[in-house]
Amino acid sequence: MTAMQKLLQLPVNAVNMVKTVQSQVQGQEEDKSPVLTPDSGQQAWYSALQPDELRHLRSGGTGGGGGGDQEERAPLEEGGGGGGGGFQTQPLRHDDLKEMLDSNKDSLKLEAMKRIVAMIARGKNASDLFPAVVKNVACKNIEVKKLVYVYLVRYAEEQQDLALLSISTFQRGLKDPNQLIRASALRVLSSIRVTIIVPIMMLAIKEAASDMSPYVRKTAAHAIPKLYSLDPEQKDQLIEVIEKLLADKTTLVAGSVVMAFEEVCPERIDLIHKNYRKLCNLLIDVEEWGQVVIINMLTRYARTQFLNPNINESLLEEGGSGDKTFYGSDEDEDEDEEEKEKKAEAAAMAKRKPYVMDPDHRLLLRNTKPLLQSRNAAVVMAVAQLYFHLAPKAEVGVIAKALVRLLRSHSEVQYVVLQNVATMSIKRRGMFEPYLKSFYIRSTDPTQIKVLKLEVLTNLANETNISTILREFQTYIKSMDKDFVAATIQAIGRCATNISEVRDTCLNGLVQLLSNRDELVVAESVVVIKKLLQMQPEKHSDIIKHMAKLTDNIQVPMARASILWLIGEYCEHVPKIAPDVLRKMAKSFTNEEDIVKLQIINLAAKLYLTNSKQTKLLTQYVLNLAKYDQNYDIRDRARFIRQLIVPTEKSGALSKYAKKLFLALKPAPVLESPFKDRDHFQLGSLSHLLNAKAGGYQELPDWPEAAPDPSVRNVEVPEWTKCSSREKRKEKKVEKPFYTDSEGESGPTESADSESDSASGSESSSGSEESGSGSESEESKEASESEEEEEEEEEEQKKKKKKDLKKPVQESESEQSSEEEERKHQRKSKPRKSESESESDEDEESESESSQSESEDSESEAEVKKKKKTAESKPPPKPLKKESKKEKKEMSLLDLDDFEPAPSPQVTPVNTFLSNSLVTDLEGLSLSDSVLSPATIAPSSALKSYELLHRITGEGLSVEYCFSRQPFSPDANMVAVQMQFTNSASSDTKNLHIEDVKLQSGMRVKEFPEIELLPAGETATAVMGIDFCDSTQAANFQLCTHTRKFFVSIQPPVGELMRPVFLTENEFKKEQGQLMGMNEITEKLTLDVKCRNEHAIVQRVTTAANLSRVPCGSDKECSPPVPPPDYPVHRFAGRTVTSGSLVLVTVATKEEGAAQLTVNCEKMVIGTMLVKDILQALTQ
Amino acid sequence: MIHSLFVINHLGDIFLEKHWKSVISRSVCDYFFEAREKAVDPENVPPVLQTPHHYLISIYRGKLFFLSVIQTEVPPLFVIEFLHRVADTFQDYFGECSESVISDNVVIVYELLEEMLDNGFPLATESNVLKEMIRPPNILRSVVNTLTGTTVSAEIQGVIEACVKLSGMPDLTMSFMNPRLLDDVSFHPCVRFRRWESERVLSFIPPDGNFTLMTYHISSQNLVAIPVYVKQSISFFEAGSCGRLDITIGPKQTMGKTVEDLKVTVHMPKAVLNANLTASQGNYTYDFTTKLLVWDIGKLNPQKLPNLRGSLSMQTGVPNPEENPSLNIDLKIQQLAISGLKVSRLDMYGETYKPFKGVKYVTKAGKFQVRT
Repeated sequence: MTAMQKLLQLPVNAVNMVKTVQSQVQGQEEDKSPVLTPDSGQQAWYSALQPDELRHLRSGGTGGGGGGDQEERAPLEEGGGGGGGGFQTQPLRHDDLKEMLDSNKDSLKLEAMKRIVAMIARGKNASDLFPAVVKNVACKNIEVKKLVYVYLVRYAEEQQDLALLSISTFQRGLKDPNQLIRASALRVLSSIRVTIIVPIMMLAIKEAASDMSPYVRKTAAHAIPKLYSLDPEQKDQLIEVIEKLLADKTTLVAGSVVMAFEEVCPERIDLIHKNYRKLCNLLIDVEEWGQVVIINMLTRYARTQFLNPNINESLLEEGGSGDKTFYGSDEDEDEDEEEKEKKAEAAAMAKRKPYVMDPDHRLLLRNTKPLLQSRNAAVVMAVAQLYFHLAPKAEVGVIAKALVRLLRSHSEVQYVVLQNVATMSIKRRGMFEPYLKSFYIRSTDPTQIKVLKLEVLTNLANETNISTILREFQTYIKSMDKDFVAATIQAIGRCATNISEVRDTCLNGLVQLLSNRDELVVAESVVVIKKLLQMQPEKHSDIIKHMAKLTDNIQVPMARASILWLIGEYCEHVPKIAPDVLRKMAKSFTNEEDIVKLQIINLAAKLYLTNSKQTKLLTQYVLNLAKYDQNYDIRDRARFIRQLIVPTEKSGALSKYAKKLFLALKPAPVLESPFKDRDHFQLGSLSHLLNAKAGGYQELPDWPEAAPDPSVRNVEVPEWTKCSSREKRKEKKVEKPFYTDSEGESGPTESADSESDSASGSESSSGSEESGSGSESEESKEASESEEEEEEEEEEQKKKKKKDLKKPVQESESEQSSEEEERKHQRKSKPRKSESESESDEDEESESESSQSESEDSESEAEVKKKKKTAESKPPPKPLKKESKKEKKEMSLLDLDDFEPAPSPQVTPVNTFLSNSLVTDLEGLSLSDSVLSPATIAPSSALKSYELLHRITGEGLSVEYCFSRQPFSPDANMVAVQMQFTNSASSDTKNLHIEDVKLQSGMRVKEFPEIELLPAGETATAVMGIDFCDSTQAANFQLCTHTRKFFVSIQPPVGELMRPVFLTENEFKKEQGQLMGMNEITEKLTLDVKCRNEHAIVQRVTTAANLSRVPCGSDKECSPPVPPPDYPVHRFAGRTVTSGSLVLVTVATKEEGAAQLTVNCEKMVIGTMLVKDILQALTQ
Repeated sequence: MIHSLFVINHLGDIFLEKHWKSVISRSVCDYFFEAREKAVDPENVPPVLQTPHHYLISIYRGKLFFLSVIQTEVPPLFVIEFLHRVADTFQDYFGECSESVISDNVVIVYELLEEMLDNGFPLATESNVLKEMIRPPNILRSVVNTLTGTTVSAEIQGVIEACVKLSGMPDLTMSFMNPRLLDDVSFHPCVRFRRWESERVLSFIPPDGNFTLMTYHISSQNLVAIPVYVKQSISFFEAGSCGRLDITIGPKQTMGKTVEDLKVTVHMPKAVLNANLTASQGNYTYDFTTKLLVWDIGKLNPQKLPNLRGSLSMQTGVPNPEENPSLNIDLKIQQLAISGLKVSRLDMYGETYKPFKGVKYVTKAGKFQVRT
């Protein structure tokens, strides 16, 4: 400590002296200082000093101060000399500030620090105050301390030796019982960019990484990249810390450590394996900024670990060409086998190994989807790019709506989003087509936004919407923003080249623009017309003539050049005009721009070759002019052309071919979007936006050809995670005193914790508890059920675990077994897979589920189809035995996909069916409790699909429908029916629409918009609305294609005729009281063995009927807890869609699976039918 | 991530700088000034610029540029969203986000920036968290003690803004009469996604103070009832270099409510030198440098429709503009959400006291443009 004082005091004095004298020497502007009264006795004293004496003084100071002062003088002098005018007013102020800092009063110190920070903020140099400021690093006043930290971090790099003096303070801070102080000490310590303290930093980070406060651990994660940038040598040690922090289970740490991972060791993808599932599950509760980083990283991860979900499509597209289609071939092929055979083989391979999405891949897609609803544009964009790069084609569409939403945000956000939409709309045009109008341009949009919107509109243009788009373009041309008008004309040109139907219309429109008053408009039109004419010149000689006339008026060089090129190229179409144009041009040659001159030479050459009679002399004249041009390019060109076209004795063989050289048929230009193929950059990245690799950009890898071992993500379940959550809670309670202790004085830290709490949406537990355990399920807390219930559940989980322990063995065996066995196993595992998916999906929103099941169905459909195709078209190259097996398998697949028309609830919780990896996943994470825990929320479970039209009766067109349970926005009284059309025929289906609707009186149908084209092998979805009038009468109608009509009917299960309403328990009871007597139906039942826990009951009831769960115990204070907790009562509420009559369902459980089901509904028919359905659901 | 931040006023002065890693000289801003020169309007400056060693990402808010310096790959939206969050925070702390207010509170601003980013990575960006660490200055601000629903029209787009002052850990549940209207929504992070998905209720533990609970969009299938109609004629005469303007506004579907704060803005063509008009109601101003005609009407009186007419003087010798300018209309209707969205109830769990609840509906014109 004494050493420190010594070091500090002396330099301060020295600085004071030097500074003051300098100011005296340099100028007399001290009066301007707003801080200090200029009359200071000291000054007078100093001003009397001569420079010589001053030097003496300074050296004396150095002697006493030792090394510290040496370092500090250099910047000082720099500042004094080079600081310039602004700086000269400072010194007096600085003196005064130092005095204030040295005083004993905190208020004075604070005032001084505030002024210093204000200087820093304005970018003024305050480095000479360093010694005075650094003394206060140990100041007790927290306000002063904070500002000292700000100063220290800013100037430590410049004054390394002095900065070292503060280190011990921070080292002490790292041991402080208050987590806030520990964290802030680490923050500042790691921000000091002084290489000498690297070992100290390393030690501090390591210690903080195992701190018990998650906030401190978060700070440690933040410190890692700081240290790395200071000393990259530390990488290996830092990776160890990262590995440790990656295993952390708190949401607070997750985002920061992944950020550190990305900056330090993005290539160490192997570190993610064990944490992958945890990250996926935590994601929704991580703070927004962390979410962005994690999602971007997981996108890259998924690209290395999973298979391309669109692999089968690309297989079909490529037709099995090349060896790309061979992934993991397990058969020996004879080299001399024909290519065709290979193709068949490839197809067979695809058949044998149908693409099944890795459950982990699915987990990622499912857990990121809700974040599309985030308020943070960066999060939405991150999810959107994840879906674009990772999701199966059919599922990418969900991101469009969210992206369009961002278009209503700040213009900077729009700018970035539109860049990405422009790229996406090239690959997935259909996705944005419904939102065409959102890309219409407002006159108030900034130019760069206008141009991007144009780009998107152009990408979206197709035969059907081009007329609307062109009409819109027409308004744009009138805009006052000329850059934008030019871009619009370019866009029209691109539409015209891409859509042949409108080419003539566009051309005519552009020709009309040639008479526009604005020269820029005309010029741009000329350039675009030139490109269009190149496609079919013979039809448009009159346009060429018209343009030839324009040469008199248009002055824009590019336009003039374009016209001349056109005339030269198509001089045969305008034989009379062309020479005349050349004559005029020859006259004005010397005054033209260079590009025009070059085209004049070109025109002359071409005319000479075709019509030498008339133009020989003119050409000579032009070439002579060009010979003496100032521009060497033009002189060169003239010389070159003269040699080629003018026959002389010397002219070689080339001149014979001059005509071929100049008048060769030139390919029409392809007008491409500048955004084409930009998606090789990860979307949403800076590199994508700039279309150039930015520093530190991590390439998005290609999909692997064969999936790496998925078991690397399995988490070994350590003994302690298996212990019941109650035990865990006890553990926590032991920890708790630590936290409460340290939190006593630390407002901010606590708030940071609790903030993450409230932000994450989990409830009521204190911050430390939450972060300590890391992943208490939010749902279970919400339900706030009694301990007994919990135990019950735990037991169940244990059971599940046991069952699953057996399974892996089974699986590994089968892997080694023969091919045939494997196939059998596959057949078995197929149903298991889908079961397990739906099991894990329980808490998910219905939407994703339906889309998922749909996509799976469609995939397997496609699979079957493919098999059929090859089986039909080609004689089987393999022994018949195998083929028959394939047939068999096909049958089994079909059976699975066959949909029963009657609504029977799914039998889901068959625990043995859970896939191995999923269960370990669930167990490895305490968070996953939420997936299985009883919830207040009605878990809307898998949507059932029904068949509307079978593939065979539909001649290749199959239609399925499901009740999406989404509100049907055009008419609230209608039930939304989502239909999925699959065209498995070999030809396209056109004009899919509905006709001849036959309905019972009162019923109404809102048809889906006609599907104009469904290409072979594609699927499409549409939503129609049906008002069933609260009856289960079928809606009959004809489904028409351009060739056929099919009679079909949709009959709703009674459970779909209602929509959920939210009631509290008290409201429910009140309403129930009013629906007694005839309106109440009660039935006794015995619950199915698998359906005796709360979760299963809720799941089955909500599957059977579109009802929402009434939260129990939410208003316990008001109602005495009548039902003993062992036998809970479950309540569900809904309203019928058309009449809005209440539907109340109560399931009261009793001993040994006995239960009583009560339905209260004004509509007795509905009530009766519903009782039947729910009864069936609960007993089967 | 974010390396440095410069705040620049409309004159091009850098009046605040903050560095989270090593110091970057302010000369890096020269590239930005170059682009700023090129773009005629400040809105037209590209948000992302590339310089030889850095990338500059900027936003334009309240006549200020917030310019951040980036050195390596980072999602641009990440930076943009953060910069807007910074501006929002200033607004929240000081009531406005302007040069004078930032200069006056420079120390608080600096402390805020220090807390919001650590090593360029966002640390604390929630207003309530920041306020616990750094106390906002005492500025009298109007506080609306209600849950406010504001609806913006055309394609209806709205926000629910909340002001919550409840102690403890209240768990709120807000439900709507007609949640089916909502087509697309985005939430404050406090809202539980799953609850919304399954029950269409907003369940959340609110942070303290003002925040935007939800923004929503009403599906375009529902027709938008536009509350006013506009009759306008703007013409320019070839001879005499003058033009005529006549605008009348009348109520259409206002559901019996008064239209307030009615304002018409016309961006005139360059050739229009001055306007000599008479307004039957309200005041008009014409700024001949920016060519902006603003007609502030106020309340719409259905009995006596507001009208603005008169002549425009044009620059001689300049050809007449070929296109008529479009009109931008601002309006506000109190106590009406034109989307028809209604809050059904707000329940509180987890605390025992009785809260005061209130809801206020407002309809505002968003980007209401009349193409002429």
